[in-house]
Amino acid sequence: MLSDKDRIFTNLYGQHDWRVAGARRRGDWDGTAAIMARGREAIVEEMKASGLRGRGGAGFPTGMKWSFMPKEIGPRPHYLVVNADESEPGTCKDRDILRYDPHKLVEGCLLASFAMGAHACYIYVRGEFYNEALHLQAAIDEAYEAGLIGRNACGSGWDFDLYVHRGAGAYICGEETALIESLEGKKGMPRLKPPFPAAVGLYGCPTTVNNVESIAVAPTILRRGAAWFSALGRPKNTGTKLFCISGHVNKPCNVEEELGIPMRELIERYAGGVRGGWDNLLGVIPGGSSVPVLPKSICDDVMMDFDSLRDVKSGLGTAAVIVMDKSTDIIRAVARLSQFYKHESCGQCTPCREGTGWMMRVMNRLVEGRAEPEEIDTLEQVTKQVEGHTICALGDAAAWPIQGLIRHFRPVIEERIAAYKAGHRMAAE
Amino acid sequence: MKVTVDGIEVEVPPGSNVLQACEAAGKEVPRFCYHERLSVAGNCRMCLVEIEKAPPKPFASCAYPAADGMVVHTDSPMVRAARRGVMEFLLINHPLDCPICDQGGECDLQDQAVGYGMDHSRYAENKRAVRDKDLGPLVKTVMTRCIHCTRCIRFSTEIAGVPELGATARGENMEVGTYVEKALSSELSGNLIDICPVGALTSKPYAFVARPWELTKTDSIDVMDAVGAAIRVDTRGPEVLRILPRLNEDVNEEWLADKSRFAIDGLRRRRLDHPWVRQGGKLVKATWNEAFDAIRNRLTGLDGTKIGAISGDLCDVESMVALRDLMVALGSPNLDCRQDGAALDASRRDFYTFNSTIAGIEEADALLLIGTNPRIEAPLINARLRKRWLQGEIPVALIGEAADLTYKVEMLENRPSTLAAIAAGTHPFAAVLKAAKKPMLILGQAALTRPDGAAVLAQAWALAASCGMLTPDWHGFNVLHTAAARVGGLDVGFLPGVGGRDAAAMLAGGVDALWLLGADEADVTKLPASTFVIYQGHHGDRGAARADVILPGCAYTEKEGTWVNTEGRVQRGQRAGDPPGQAREDWAILRAASAVLGRTLPYDTVAALRCSVETRHPVLRNLDILPRSGCSDTSGPASRGTLSDAPFCAAISNYYMTDPISRASATMAACTEAHSGKAMAAE
Repeated sequence: MLSDKDRIFTNLYGQHDWRVAGARRRGDWDGTAAIMARGREAIVEEMKASGLRGRGGAGFPTGMKWSFMPKEIGPRPHYLVVNADESEPGTCKDRDILRYDPHKLVEGCLLASFAMGAHACYIYVRGEFYNEALHLQAAIDEAYEAGLIGRNACGSGWDFDLYVHRGAGAYICGEETALIESLEGKKGMPRLKPPFPAAVGLYGCPTTVNNVESIAVAPTILRRGAAWFSALGRPKNTGTKLFCISGHVNKPCNVEEELGIPMRELIERYAGGVRGGWDNLLGVIPGGSSVPVLPKSICDDVMMDFDSLRDVKSGLGTAAVIVMDKSTDIIRAVARLSQFYKHESCGQCTPCREGTGWMMRVMNRLVEGRAEPEEIDTLEQVTKQVEGHTICALGDAAAWPIQGLIRHFRPVIEERIAAYKAGHRMAAE
Repeated sequence: MKVTVDGIEVEVPPGSNVLQACEAAGKEVPRFCYHERLSVAGNCRMCLVEIEKAPPKPFASCAYPAADGMVVHTDSPMVRAARRGVMEFLLINHPLDCPICDQGGECDLQDQAVGYGMDHSRYAENKRAVRDKDLGPLVKTVMTRCIHCTRCIRFSTEIAGVPELGATARGENMEVGTYVEKALSSELSGNLIDICPVGALTSKPYAFVARPWELTKTDSIDVMDAVGAAIRVDTRGPEVLRILPRLNEDVNEEWLADKSRFAIDGLRRRRLDHPWVRQGGKLVKATWNEAFDAIRNRLTGLDGTKIGAISGDLCDVESMVALRDLMVALGSPNLDCRQDGAALDASRRDFYTFNSTIAGIEEADALLLIGTNPRIEAPLINARLRKRWLQGEIPVALIGEAADLTYKVEMLENRPSTLAAIAAGTHPFAAVLKAAKKPMLILGQAALTRPDGAAVLAQAWALAASCGMLTPDWHGFNVLHTAAARVGGLDVGFLPGVGGRDAAAMLAGGVDALWLLGADEADVTKLPASTFVIYQGHHGDRGAARADVILPGCAYTEKEGTWVNTEGRVQRGQRAGDPPGQAREDWAILRAASAVLGRTLPYDTVAALRCSVETRHPVLRNLDILPRSGCSDTSGPASRGTLSDAPFCAAISNYYMTDPISRASATMAACTEAHSGKAMAAE
């Protein structure tokens, strides 16, 4: 269990002042210039040593990502773009950072931008986060006023400008290259990779796109040291993480915990347990809507980190734990997710554009059981035809929940089909 | 870079993508969205290949850069499965209405479905239906068939330079359209039909007309402007049903302008299909003998100097030479191929041709346009100019009427005096031209058909000479013609002989008998009623209306003939179909007339005529190939008169109707209506 002294987000529940004065009391903006004085290389090395993996879902090592930026600033400026387009169903961690700890993000933007040679940073905030964007903008204004950012930020000699851009409410704009397109004023459609943003990103310039949480934890890591951070969690899955626990629990909550905490402990200790007790658990989606659901048998002892969840063919994703008890119609739950992905597909590439609609329609029929048993296999093949064949990961995200459903709950689907057939046979007779 | 594709090692230039490497190895990779001349979209996911030592998933070969030592598999089980999957997705919402689709038989989706499709559909849900868009009179849409490859969007944005097409909505609901419904305002819109891989965009005039396998295909040359685009004429029986572009990298690449493609219904309408003779003020149907008799009766005894001939905009070289030979035999020095009165100087070939060549535009690094709107005078040259502009900074300035040319143009003061100022080096643009390595100017016909045309021509040449456009290895002086026949006419000297009258003098009543060879743009209203007019041509247009004798000839698709484009490129058009009724090939009509007039021309076949032409005009021997040369002699054309102060105006007011064929075309009339309506709404 994470002790209070190791918590990074000490105002996660908003009981303290979120403004600059309160943030400073909690240790933010402390010795920022001294950290910057260590130099770009040292900061990137420290981040690498901390083992921090991207908190946006894919879990790519953050320090390594930063090191992909060109070492020298060429004729094109460098940019940092912070992805605050938090739209993954079940996920609400970045929102609370923006609400209650915006200075952690602002300071992180400065340090990360400095480490990557960027004089400008854009924070792309989900359109629906209206009040959160106001908080963030207020924090930025305070930081400018206090000389923490702007010309000669924190007295470090580094000029740094920070801009907030509000999205218009499209899930796909959380994909890093679609986000860049949207930021440039174009339709939010993912770009082809390569070239990767570190080579050709925003306005064709070297760009790194990071999740809010990845950037917000950076100042604390740099202040307390990589050794402290990497001592938390498990090997290759180091540090703390914000978990968003929702669904059929007694007390849904956001909580910061070490990676590798057992799922059962996480749910029981912080969320007041599953409604009706652990034995009433049907399954858990451990990392936001796009990762496959896990049945209770796996949930009993699985640990909450990138590698453990990958080993059980799911994923940590954004660490949005969606708990479903036995009252859940699991087919209907996954069908609802299929509707979401069909609605949010950008329509650019064929497998996702056509496949998400197909999967949704079959899922909708499976909810009623109005299908043939063979269609389960067809549906699984369709998910495989989408997965890995698309420009961005939305195709995968649409396919995985269905694959998880079929993997673990196939008998439920078959029962539903049989029941439908039986009902209609009787009606026909 | 060495890339191994299915075990075949190929060498590809750096910057190639995997798809190009596969093609270099002779491996066919199916694709829908990829097009060599458009930006890479990578969205159809049909060109997936497997790459060794990369993550174990298929990659879109069109969007993946080839690397040295890369090993690619185009036919592995993983690749085949992936392509089958994509094909299934493409087909689930495709209507499969091939039997009533005009793309049938030449459809990429149809062809590739044979290779990667299933024999049955696993998709039992309702298919998507999309409301059709109205893109104007040329492009028919069946948007339910659209596979969202975005080729049309990229073509209109990148090549045509009119960013009017785009995709609205997302996911399954994504639709390609013009946002606000309107007719496409491009002169290149017909190319959308060619690049659409399915039947979503098809030809509106050609809808339900024919199947590709019913058509006889004849390679020929376009004459609707002076570009000389390579075309393929598709006929069924005597009728020309459609015209498609052929690949010619030096001229039209693979594009074709709308008038060249769609004016063909004009070939069936208002045709002259038998001779006519005016009797008692009225034109009466006649036989060939009666027509020739009428000519003989009028011309016999008439002094050669009182006979004249004007050739039109669509004439082939052979018929112009035959007419010139006939006139010389009759003792007439009154010849002119410049029916618009353009002050073209034929004393040297580079005074009247597009010397930089069309492909050479891509090397130019500064451009001055004078009295021209290339977008409507030669849309394909304009597309090349835009292509050059997209490649990087090229300053472009225009002295002429303001117009949207699809690239950024600096408007200079629209006065001939601006030319003089640039030539004298006192104008700021002179420095821009002098700083360039390969500057070029394009002189339009509107600048030469003015009373001070000769002075403008000389001044433009002087400007070219003073701004470094005329060097031993670069010739930046370019005349942009609007008529397919003009350069050929100048090459064969269809011009006033010693003491001869030019077109203006003849049209003002300088001759008693005037032979109009397809000359329909000449102003015949000032001819005295007593002037005997012989009109030889294919359409009952302006010239025929004034004629005393009409001799029905062939349109360009009905005869084998030579045309010389604005660059001076000699090209041969082929006979794709028969002329209507009693119409005959033009050189043969002239040969027959010469016999009736007792001045029999010395050739009996078109081959003999062509041999005679090439002997006298060796420049016409180099078929298709045009060596580009610099300018070795910078002395310019003779100046006559002085520059006036009048601004340059447009050479063409309505792109869609410029000649007898397009004026007879219902399709072109519909375009004129669609676009004049838009112009009125804008005002």
